[in-house]
Amino acid sequence: AAEAAPFRFAARPVRFPREHEFFEDGDVQRHLYLQDVLLQVADVPEKPRVPAFTCQVAGCCQVFDALDDYEHHYHTLHGNVCSFCKRAFPSGHLLDAHILEWHDSLFQILSERQDMYQCLVEGCTEKFKTSRDRKDHMVRLHLYPVDFRFDKPKKSRSPASPGAGTQALAEVQGNSGEQSEGDAMEICTEPVVASPAPAVERRTYSHRSVPDLFLKHVLNAC
Amino acid sequence: MGGVGEVGAGSLRDGPQAKQGSGTHLRRLEGSMRTLVGLLTSNQALLQLEAARCLHELSHSEQSTVAEACLPATSYLLTYLSSHSSDFIELCLYTLGNLIVESEAVRRQLLPQGIVPTLAACIQSPHVAVLEALGFALSQLLQAKEAPEKIIPSILASTLPQHMLQLLQPGPKLNPGVAVEFAWCLHYIICSQVSNSLLIAHGALSTLGLLLLDLAEAVQRTDDAGLELLACPVLRCVSNLLTEAEVETVGGQMQLRDERVVAALFILLQFFFQKQPSLLPEGLWLLNNLTAKSPSFCTSLLSLDLIEPLLQLLPVSNVVSVMVLTILCNVAEKGPAYCQRLWPGPLLPALLQTLFLSDTEVVGQSLELLHLLFLYQPEAVQVFLQQSGLQALERHQEEAQLQDRVYALQQTALQG
Repeated sequence: AAEAAPFRFAARPVRFPREHEFFEDGDVQRHLYLQDVLLQVADVPEKPRVPAFTCQVAGCCQVFDALDDYEHHYHTLHGNVCSFCKRAFPSGHLLDAHILEWHDSLFQILSERQDMYQCLVEGCTEKFKTSRDRKDHMVRLHLYPVDFRFDKPKKSRSPASPGAGTQALAEVQGNSGEQSEGDAMEICTEPVVASPAPAVERRTYSHRSVPDLFLKHVLNAC
Repeated sequence: MGGVGEVGAGSLRDGPQAKQGSGTHLRRLEGSMRTLVGLLTSNQALLQLEAARCLHELSHSEQSTVAEACLPATSYLLTYLSSHSSDFIELCLYTLGNLIVESEAVRRQLLPQGIVPTLAACIQSPHVAVLEALGFALSQLLQAKEAPEKIIPSILASTLPQHMLQLLQPGPKLNPGVAVEFAWCLHYIICSQVSNSLLIAHGALSTLGLLLLDLAEAVQRTDDAGLELLACPVLRCVSNLLTEAEVETVGGQMQLRDERVVAALFILLQFFFQKQPSLLPEGLWLLNNLTAKSPSFCTSLLSLDLIEPLLQLLPVSNVVSVMVLTILCNVAEKGPAYCQRLWPGPLLPALLQTLFLSDTEVVGQSLELLHLLFLYQPEAVQVFLQQSGLQALERHQEEAQLQDRVYALQQTALQG
């Protein structure tokens, strides 16, 4: 009797799909809110300034007068740093991959027998025989750039005399213009620091890494 | 502070605004982008920030060609989302969000580049500003026209839904700015109807129901403009979720049983009435979905004395009138026990008033309600006649869409 013709009412829950005009008013308000938010984001805020201070990390002499700048500097340059070669990485994940692939002799040995080079893209678990294969995968499947900065192939080094070793290392460090720009330690721009300092740094750098070269040489010779 | 670099980045920012659209311009843009990416990925932190801001500014361009020129930077923007510098992450997220909106080519690249797992990792950040930016970027991604087929399934398969719901849990840790973004994200997912049962299984209904209670409380406490920005998507989510089959058949936690929701909803309706009447239909939509198949929610309406407040909304607009009348039909349809509590009272006079309106839909819904009222509460007929009900009906007997029902009611009235 309730739904008897000509009456047609039937209680039912209503569903509105995407793009339904019912949503128009609320959507407009959301859009206006977002415009405000985005304007605020684009506005570079006046940074609160503090008395100038120097980065306390050994060997770094950057000076700052804003804490946000320092925070970013610290994370970028001193955060995920390889203790072997001093390269800085944006994340712990990339640093771990680098240490494994560049500085772990066991990794080298294992990689001769199984696929060890892990895809660097978050969420992908594929592994590859060589770093070249991995790069191909990242370029083709994940549309990564061919020259992705955080996946540099390791350069092969000529076997050792200490002199040659140092030279090979300098090659690795300052190889292409791009690489040195990305990997070199932060060069002090403050006039306060004497200009020979960078050269001194570099020598210390190579001194620390020579034992690694010797180890490689020894392994190769066996 | 890397003076030359800064000047370089600055001029890149101004450059593209110059001659737009020419081939040389695009080639120049490509070259500039290589430089910009180089600066972005350098270890000079301040240059990096400057380059990121430049990129962010470019991302505001309304030309999809400019967005596409930023394609070489996207893998780095994603990589930096795993870094530890929260300001930088925030900037990258807003940039990504803008680029996502502007260009399908950008989205087509970001998906294989792993944006979904990256966001799923990034959403665990404790920084409020990062979460708000992430919610924004995600909401843009979810609005893409290809989202239901190409994007939402992988989002539902990730840990993002659980984290989103966690960020919507009411309580002292709830951040309104963050909640707004993820409420909208949920809305875009839910109204795309890809796999809402999954969200229900994660407890979406109970979380959002509790959030509604929280919102009603908040609305009474502060005069805060802006709460409707959160209320709107939450109402939409709950309304749409209530139409899912699971909700009707499965019992227990998955359903929304809490009758405090009805009281909360009325507080929100009141709030909308005063601050944002255009959102009244959204609130009434939920009330319809709550009452349509549930006698207990209908009882709540009656026992909380909410009929009169509901009737007070009738004059707002035709859309609101139709919805109010539909909800009253939901109640009346439940049978005599319900109609008994609808009459006597303000209902009949209100109905007589709506019959004097001209909108066909409003009148049509009034006729349906009258029919139910006469069916289950025949005493109402007499009063109807005494208050010139027949004359009110006569006004519509020529209207094609209303004729049959007008006639039927006239017959009922004359016989009763």
